[in-house]
Amino acid sequence: MPSTADIQAGLAEILEEVAGVTAADATPEKSFTDDLDVDSLSMVEIATAVEDKFGVAIPDDELANIKTVGDAISFIEKNQG
Amino acid sequence: MTTIKLREGAPGARILGLGGYRPRRRVTNDELAQTMDTNDEWIQTRVGIAERRWASEDETLVEMAVAAGGKALAASGLAPDEVDLVILASASLRVPIPGIGPQVAHRLGIPRPGAFDLNAGCAGFCYALGMASDAIRSGDARNALVIGVERLTDVTDTTDRSTAVIFADGAGAAVLGASDEPGIGPVAWGSDGDQYTAIEIAAGSSTMTMAGQAVYRWATTKLTETLVQAMERAGVTAADIDVFAPHQANLRIIESMAKKLGFGEDTVIARDIVQSGNTSAASVPLALTALLESGEAKSGDLALVLGYGAGLTVAGQVLRLP
Repeated sequence: MPSTADIQAGLAEILEEVAGVTAADATPEKSFTDDLDVDSLSMVEIATAVEDKFGVAIPDDELANIKTVGDAISFIEKNQG
Repeated sequence: MTTIKLREGAPGARILGLGGYRPRRRVTNDELAQTMDTNDEWIQTRVGIAERRWASEDETLVEMAVAAGGKALAASGLAPDEVDLVILASASLRVPIPGIGPQVAHRLGIPRPGAFDLNAGCAGFCYALGMASDAIRSGDARNALVIGVERLTDVTDTTDRSTAVIFADGAGAAVLGASDEPGIGPVAWGSDGDQYTAIEIAAGSSTMTMAGQAVYRWATTKLTETLVQAMERAGVTAADIDVFAPHQANLRIIESMAKKLGFGEDTVIARDIVQSGNTSAASVPLALTALLESGEAKSGDLALVLGYGAGLTVAGQVLRLP
């Protein structure tokens, strides 16, 4: 199982590729929409990239509850493996 | 036992002529921003639309379909009485009875063709194209007219910024005939009926809602395989495709699909959505006519087309441009 730090780093890579967010900005307390300027469609791209990278499924109704980078990290931790 | 005789068909079908009709009224993003909480940058970033056409009262579904169908007929060089099948694809008839295919055929002077309406949402034109092509190959039709026409503004809440900035009006048409060399490849079609509520006019409502994230996810993940299937069935690869003209739903979906398929540098990608918005069943023929008129695409080019939308439905094929 990857550590929380590994997940955060992996998520940061996705955020950079999909939405141009620098790794230094991708800290757990940041809100995707309010702080990182990630729109709803980019959230879908992030979700599908997370699904591929971490082997988790993020249905749309769950995606709606993921507001911050921290929410995404804990979702991945909870649902992995 | 008496055997049932079949008509003699054709080795293939091809598009003989294309035509489109764009409503007169241009609606810019700035105009929409005057009546709803949106702006040009927001719209361009999310859907890639700069302006769209909204039909006026006199630009009815029938009038727009007749205009586009007439242009396609003229481009085909056929006389109206040579057409014996008319399929009209639309999802925006406010009155479902009667369908308007027969009326449009009559207005075009096509005498007593097989004529009907088909509703496969934004995939309608590509479904109709596949069926018309098969009818010609089987011999059930000699020449066919396929029309996609929409007045989505009739079923859109024009104050709802999540849909009003996207949906628009227009018509596009193709005339098909028999050919020795196939000009329309096998259709790749499918549906995901579990997502029937993703794009709908809910019971008791008169306007359409769309689960934007769900549709975006579906379009950017599941539909690549339909596109690959359409190419495989036609025996071509992405490197052979001159023109990629998917349904003009969202510029980001178009770019995502193009990136995943890995076309060559010279492949022309249809981005008619920038000027036309999402015209549902009319978008593929409108995009093709725009590319031919601008000279970006030329006669003989190999095109990959795809329609997808409410249902959810999808259909695509490889075709040779007229």
